[in-house]
Amino acid sequence: MDLDLRVTAKEPAADGIVTLTLQDRHRRRLPDWESGAHIDVVLPGGLTRQYSLCGDRWDAHSYRIGVLREPDGRGGSAHIHDRLAVGDPVGLGGPRNNFRLTPSPRYLFIAGGIGITPILPMLRDAEILGADWELLYGGRGPSSMAFLDELGRYGDRVTVQTSGLLDLQAWLGRAGAATTVYCCGPAPLLRAVQELCTGRLRTERFTAEPLPGAARDLPFDLELRRSKTTLTVRPGQSILQAVTGAGIGVLSSCAQGLCGTCETTVLDGVPDHRDALLDDDERATGDRMFICVSRSRSPRLVVDL
Amino acid sequence: MKALDADPFSHETLDDPWPMHETLREAGPVVHLSRYDVYAMARYAQVHAALVDWQSFPSAAGVGLSNFRYEKPWRPPSLLLETDPPGRDAPRAVLSAVVGPRALRRLRQEWHAAAADLVDHLLAGTGGEVELDAVTALAEAFPLRVFPDAVGIPREGRENLLPYGDHLFNAFGPANDLVRNGQERAGELTAWVNAQCRREVLAPDGFGAAIWAAADRGDLTVEQAPLVVRSLLSAGVDTTVHGLAAVLYAFATHPAQWERLRHSPELARVAFDEAVRWQSPVQTFFRTADRDVLIGDVTVPSGAKILMFLAAANRDPRRWRDPARFDLGRDPSGHVGFGMGLHQCVGQHVARLEAEALLTALAARVRRIELAGRPVPHHNNTLRAWKSLPVHLALD
Repeated sequence: MDLDLRVTAKEPAADGIVTLTLQDRHRRRLPDWESGAHIDVVLPGGLTRQYSLCGDRWDAHSYRIGVLREPDGRGGSAHIHDRLAVGDPVGLGGPRNNFRLTPSPRYLFIAGGIGITPILPMLRDAEILGADWELLYGGRGPSSMAFLDELGRYGDRVTVQTSGLLDLQAWLGRAGAATTVYCCGPAPLLRAVQELCTGRLRTERFTAEPLPGAARDLPFDLELRRSKTTLTVRPGQSILQAVTGAGIGVLSSCAQGLCGTCETTVLDGVPDHRDALLDDDERATGDRMFICVSRSRSPRLVVDL
Repeated sequence: MKALDADPFSHETLDDPWPMHETLREAGPVVHLSRYDVYAMARYAQVHAALVDWQSFPSAAGVGLSNFRYEKPWRPPSLLLETDPPGRDAPRAVLSAVVGPRALRRLRQEWHAAAADLVDHLLAGTGGEVELDAVTALAEAFPLRVFPDAVGIPREGRENLLPYGDHLFNAFGPANDLVRNGQERAGELTAWVNAQCRREVLAPDGFGAAIWAAADRGDLTVEQAPLVVRSLLSAGVDTTVHGLAAVLYAFATHPAQWERLRHSPELARVAFDEAVRWQSPVQTFFRTADRDVLIGDVTVPSGAKILMFLAAANRDPRRWRDPARFDLGRDPSGHVGFGMGLHQCVGQHVARLEAEALLTALAARVRRIELAGRPVPHHNNTLRAWKSLPVHLALD
């Protein structure tokens, strides 16, 4: 059965930032994730937005995301801030990870504003792994900076700067060859760090171009070309369920878009990728999909089954 | 909760594990095995739930009987199999990419051609009929032909791979005669395997070199890279050999199913997974309770070892209809023969591709496959294996 994700808590985290807690309506486990991962949140009407997971991966039943209201954005964050309420359903894609924590004896984390979200779970990992680490967290004043209370437990490993430009030169100058630098934040911060950092640097910015059209919350036609059959896939039903329900055998395993067993070739139409496996290029190519979770953006999808 | 005296590692059980699995399943959702002072789960629902719940049932205390909380591991623990998040994240991410579907697409044609070539050579000049040992001639020969090349290890010494894997999988069990017999060569085999994991001996285009390239990119440390290569050599040979033996045994004993595959060769993938469900080449793995964990009305105490019977779960009648039957009409999806959750077999797509290639090649040429003598089991504390499977092949 497909996960039925609901907003179970919505709390202000700072000026212009809310955190959402998402859980399955039946309290089933959510797909596992690693620090640095993000999910696609599919809002009513098919608006899809990416948010870093900033909760606790040892809690298998909850995702937490932090959402900054972006006045110039395309309406996703405004919808979440103004309209999305506790109890509302949201669609899920992923989790995917373009910002993995790689092994290192020492880390320097640099976060600007809402860029703290993917960094937050990394700090706990770095602690468990016994790495030496520091966080430099910059923002426009304590009232606009999320998670300051949670960062308190890390003591003087965390430097919070509530005004002015970060002295990146000094911080990066001290970093040393054994340090891996992780940076997430607004584009000017990323550019500055990229210019100044001479060692190993990992950055994250959501660069994926928005896919054409909205995710469908309507039924779609699924043509199984080899089987010479066309099925209707209803909302809330996975392609895999529809196909196996029609008596056509497809091997699958995890049913969460994680393992890759149900990979299927797409012959026509635009898949709505919800898996944790394909990278952005493969998604854009759209010639294969994982039918245990992925759906269709077009009214008709043709697959090689 | 029931306490049982059953011994999952006795020769009697290894010879025919199914009756004991049924006893364990029917005894309850979790039982205590007094002989080893471990808990055991044999029903699908509990095994599946515990495998995915890495938070409650971690792997870092070892996935064998030995408890690394209290005992020193016999070899440096695996960075994948015997490591929990977050330590296992980077090695797993690297290896998933190295042996993932994208990488295998490059090998698909090559492995299908290699399988066809192997089968052609076996059948050449034999007339319409041939007898052979399906274990050595097919189940061992094919993976040993393609997999070490894909990893990129040198040709010399490859005969060490199977005995190394055999000892490794025995070592997840108790220190019985199987382990004692393997001990003699363990040092030598381990040294050989470790030597194949070094950057300088690995071919530049193989999985092994790709792992070292990940270390160059900083996705792994240079200390981790050889251990990740070791995981490929440890977990990627014996398991697929016995998986292939299982599917060949299945067809040799189910002629109607072979007919069906001949008629619809695209069933090769389903056939392999059905055989993995039916025989479970990896029969068991242990987990350790991270804290006191309540299962039904039983509290498994913190630090206790729990034996997960993948094989019993794969034949649980609560989950599978007529579970002891090998049936290509069944949907084997969701079996736990590759495990489940974040430690699920990272090489499962490799195994499936090997099986698909070999079965497709055989189905194209072989009209009938049947036993030509008594199958000889090979006992291993973890694996379901055969020493010999004499078969008779009738050709087109």
